Amino acid sequence: MITKRIIPCLDVKNGRVVKGVNFLNLGDVASPVELAKYYSDHGADELVFYDITASAEGRGLFTDILTETARTVFIPLTVGGGINTTADFDRVLKCGADKVSVNSGAIRDPSLVGKAARLYGDQCVVLSVDVKRVDGVFRIFAKGGRENTGMEAIEWIRRCVGEGAGEVVVNSMDTDGVKQGFDLELLEKVCDVVKVPVIASGGAGKIEDFITLFKTLPGVDAGLAASIFHFGEVEISALKEEMRRNGISARIVDRAE
Amino acid sequence: MVAIIDYGVGNLFSLRSSFAAIGVEAAVTADPETIHKADRVILPGVGAFEDAARKLRETGLDRVVRAEAADGKPLMGICLGMQMLFERSYEYGVHEGLGLLKGEIRPIAERIGEGLKIPQMGWNALKIRRQSPILKYTQEGEYVYFVHSYSAVNCDESLLATVEYGADLTACVGLGNVFGCQFHPEKSGSVGLKILKAFCEAGGETEGAV
Repeated sequence: MITKRIIPCLDVKNGRVVKGVNFLNLGDVASPVELAKYYSDHGADELVFYDITASAEGRGLFTDILTETARTVFIPLTVGGGINTTADFDRVLKCGADKVSVNSGAIRDPSLVGKAARLYGDQCVVLSVDVKRVDGVFRIFAKGGRENTGMEAIEWIRRCVGEGAGEVVVNSMDTDGVKQGFDLELLEKVCDVVKVPVIASGGAGKIEDFITLFKTLPGVDAGLAASIFHFGEVEISALKEEMRRNGISARIVDRAE
Repeated sequence: MVAIIDYGVGNLFSLRSSFAAIGVEAAVTADPETIHKADRVILPGVGAFEDAARKLRETGLDRVVRAEAADGKPLMGICLGMQMLFERSYEYGVHEGLGLLKGEIRPIAERIGEGLKIPQMGWNALKIRRQSPILKYTQEGEYVYFVHSYSAVNCDESLLATVEYGADLTACVGLGNVFGCQFHPEKSGSVGLKILKAFCEAGGETEGAV
């Protein structure tokens, strides 16, 4: 049976991982390439690189580290951050990305998802959304969560999937950083309206949060998190073992290789 | 040297990097002479069957691939490239494939039943049905990475491994010197690299040329 995917997300600025990370057994690592290799060796099913660089110079550094990562890590790589045009798709795909995630770029130009899907295939286009409850309604936020677009979230997701988004990363701003579990209410609503894979993001604080996620919502395909993996609060191999103990299909890699 | 055929479909960066990682020289090429000189040939591909089949025909590379396969040179199709090895596909109409292997490509939707997402996207375990030179380093139940909405059927003659996704879907095929993987070995971690390595060691001598 197909496995539920566990995906670490790396925020990259000027070619380095933001904040750095601190594994118990690895010490400080700021090189995205090294970190990607570490995660791949320890059972990550996929990696997301998020470019938070603003400058053209930083953007160049980002494509350099992406190229270097794709040369050494052989699991799927998704790239997001600063994707506004199909030329941006082209730039990161040429460096070895397998999927490209769009967020604000799709809000600015709603035809971007459809154009990219026709050029590179649906499987290549990942819609990423930042969602927050405003007066009891799920709204889409843009610009890294700073701006309320006023758009109703579920309708926006349905529309983008209709245009060709092959996967959806749902980040709940309400649960993000709180570490009390994923936003099950929001995720259930998304699973009800889309048939493409759904990736849950925001709120994981411990292994049990992933178990609850996959047990409660079989329609969720993957769980994404950043700091809890980077700071060693959750170790992916231990998480996968616990998933299996709970009857959740998980891919366990043999580290002896 | 491995020739990775470049006919304008898909991203060949990872595939080339994979061969570098296992220490095998690989060239991304559309040049018939380079392909002829290569020890082995990879036919990659993502996207729609009709579009890819047309591009292969328009570049004349369909004849090149057929000729190399007939010469007994080891050939591996990957993902859509694997589907192209078969007689025909029923993806949006009926389209002719290379016909190097018996069988056809049908939508997985016809077989997997309700409740499963299409495409199958993610890691799934291989069930080995028949031993083959390209699976000599592969263990039963090892995980590989899939992204596909169509799969090969009526291909018992070449079937090497299947994957359980609502039904047993064709994952890996091989007959003589012609091999195919529905999954992406270049995205399947060390398990995938070992399959590429085994392909690079396969002589194509086992059952004679197709």
